[in-house]
Amino acid sequence: MEAARDDGEAAALGATQLTAEASDAQLVARCRTGDEDAWRELVDRFSRYVYAICVQAFRLPEHDAEDVYQEVFARVYEKLETLREDDAFRPWIAQLTRRLCIDRKRSGAREEPADEVPETAADDVLGELEEAFDVHEALAALPDNCQEILDRFFARDESYRTIGDALELPAGTIASRISRCLTKLRDHWEETGPSTRPESR
Amino acid sequence: MSAYDIAQLSRLIGMLPPAPADWVQAAQELPRARRELDTIVERAEADQAFREGVVADLETALRAEGIEPTRPLLEELRRRVSE
Repeated sequence: MEAARDDGEAAALGATQLTAEASDAQLVARCRTGDEDAWRELVDRFSRYVYAICVQAFRLPEHDAEDVYQEVFARVYEKLETLREDDAFRPWIAQLTRRLCIDRKRSGAREEPADEVPETAADDVLGELEEAFDVHEALAALPDNCQEILDRFFARDESYRTIGDALELPAGTIASRISRCLTKLRDHWEETGPSTRPESR
Repeated sequence: MSAYDIAQLSRLIGMLPPAPADWVQAAQELPRARRELDTIVERAEADQAFREGVVADLETALRAEGIEPTRPLLEELRRRVSE
């Protein structure tokens, strides 16, 4: 992929969230033109997914997970031209991450035998992570700070006080907001076709 | 998923915590890092002393250009200055 320009903006740090502004295919197409904002958004969109595959599905230790994470995005950057269907970006990056995790586990096991994660168990978690990705995308459609409140509480493990301070809301109202937001999420999830999604595992 | 399973939705939200911020930043800055890496390689090809310094300490060479020395970048720099 050729870089067309460098606007010098600092990359957004972890506070960004999955958005549904552009489809994966649109984002991939923009990345191919060298659009660095699109690249940043693509990394942002799939960062949690890649990270979760490394540390939850394959239980890589942090230093191995970091190497695999960086390797995944380096390969995506190099190989984006070879992706045949832009719509298939998500399964493509999942498969690439899975393969690199397996390679890392195997090379690590040769050097230092450790607990093996059976690939079938990892694949079960991968299925759940795919569903989790869909839920995070659904969060983006929610109003009233819901995306941020639910993400901060459930994904970032922040306390009511921390969330309240960050969003300038009384800490005593956070629990009820979480409850209302979850109801909105559930309603939205049902409206947008949960029947097409896999049953809970 | 059950239509009423809020607990399951909560659990799924929690399954995707953010990656460490510095990992994300390094990945997002890959286009710039690749350009800087090209510059280092070009200079190494033209300047033997510089090249020896790079080979001796790849991490410092990358950091001097403001690049976080991730493993893929280190390996690529090692490969290219060794060719």
